[in-house]
Amino acid sequence: MPVTLFIPTALRGFTERNAELSLEAATVGELISALTQKYPDLRTHLLDEKGELRPFVNVFVGEINIQSRGGFAFPLKDGDVVTLIPAIAGGARG
Amino acid sequence: MAEPRESLISDDRLTDLTPDELTRFSRHLLLPEVGALGQKRLKAAKVLIVGAGGLGSPLALYLAAAGVGTIGIVDYDLVEASNLQRQVIFQSRDILRPKVAAASERLKALNPNLSVVSHHFRLTSRNALDLIRAYDVVADGTDNYPTRYLVADACVFLGKPNVYASVFQFEGQATVFDARHGPCYRCLYPSPPPPGLVPSCGEGGVMGVLPGILGTVQASETIKLIVGGGRSLIGRLWLYDAWLARSLEVRLEKNPACPVCGERPLITELVDYESFCGLKNEGEEPIPSITARELKERLERRDGIQVVDIREPHEMSLSKFSEAVAIPFGQLARRQNEFDPGKDLVFICKIGQRSLYAIRALREAGYAGPMFNLQDGLNAWAREVDPSLSVY
Ligand SMILES: [Zn+2]
Repeated sequence: MPVTLFIPTALRGFTERNAELSLEAATVGELISALTQKYPDLRTHLLDEKGELRPFVNVFVGEINIQSRGGFAFPLKDGDVVTLIPAIAGGARG
Repeated sequence: MAEPRESLISDDRLTDLTPDELTRFSRHLLLPEVGALGQKRLKAAKVLIVGAGGLGSPLALYLAAAGVGTIGIVDYDLVEASNLQRQVIFQSRDILRPKVAAASERLKALNPNLSVVSHHFRLTSRNALDLIRAYDVVADGTDNYPTRYLVADACVFLGKPNVYASVFQFEGQATVFDARHGPCYRCLYPSPPPPGLVPSCGEGGVMGVLPGILGTVQASETIKLIVGGGRSLIGRLWLYDAWLARSLEVRLEKNPACPVCGERPLITELVDYESFCGLKNEGEEPIPSITARELKERLERRDGIQVVDIREPHEMSLSKFSEAVAIPFGQLARRQNEFDPGKDLVFICKIGQRSLYAIRALREAGYAGPMFNLQDGLNAWAREVDPSLSVY
């Protein structure tokens, strides 16, 4: 089923500057595989060697963080909006 | 959802408003949610701003204008010309002045009754607890992970709210971390990205107005914590993409396994944050560097070196290095078979920092040929070899 995936600015360098993608997936895990198949350079940014989500990236389905809700097994339904939210650190040098 | 909250300021600290203050702050006094009590709380409040940059500028200006009594600013930097595109607290004549001095002067001119405390040094694990302890709330406007984690952890240990925002290119995020009532920064991001994986604003750029928006949200959240009431961003992350004009709110939850504020904390005191963020690389084989002049000589001798420009495509148009093959940082590991391990490779970027991380990333990916870093990057090349290129 098609879901909408929002790519943050910090990762758009790997998606040909695309900010919004429509992908077919039944779970968040499937969605991330579809994404990294389409854009292989994204893989090391999102996943560690074991294929788990890196600690500086969060995946939200709607307003829910999947980390505490089953992780990659989190089911998706038609029309869900998924957002990748990586740590960013802009501001002043402090 | 965070419920309306009590003020951070206890009643015994309140003093009366003067006739001048009643006039100056009348638009606040007219709001039933603020009123005289709220304004007295603002007057008694002490806010520490970490970083006088793009976020710290509007934050400090609006807090000073709002009547916050004491504003501390910690920053060791000087004002640079490239700051003025977004750091609206400074003026052209402030270039090369300490940021805390220029900011303090501007804030005092705005509100002469304000007490500004300039902390002209770098926030470190040694001084952070003593410094933060003296304030009611911390607003974090720094641009680097070691200071982010330092501020975040120190606020958990001291039980202080950490009004947070961060920006990159066109996108910002803001929330209030307060481990007594919700998650902390490490609940959301237990550890930072390895250096170089994501460029900093100094390398990736930032739309000037963006920190203006996010820093102003920080000011708004800070004021609500002081006045009391309203709905805080505690437990909610607010995201704003200025390019798409899209905003989004997501829920943040406390992570029971959080290493700092969880049920069984593993970290109970401040650590070495440079090391934690992978910036020290103890035990690593040193990375050899080459100066701009040496590179020029070797290119003229045509002794078989290969130059690799790892900048992003749009940066190339700012200053083009025609002798280089262009492979953006993110593609290096995958494309390492394009290099000849029998040749010396020289990696170049804007300031010689990302190229260092690039060499490290290739070493980790198993590339074994000789690799050199162009010291101080293309900006050094522009200064020392080819003045027709711009320093950016
Ligand atoms: Zn935590």
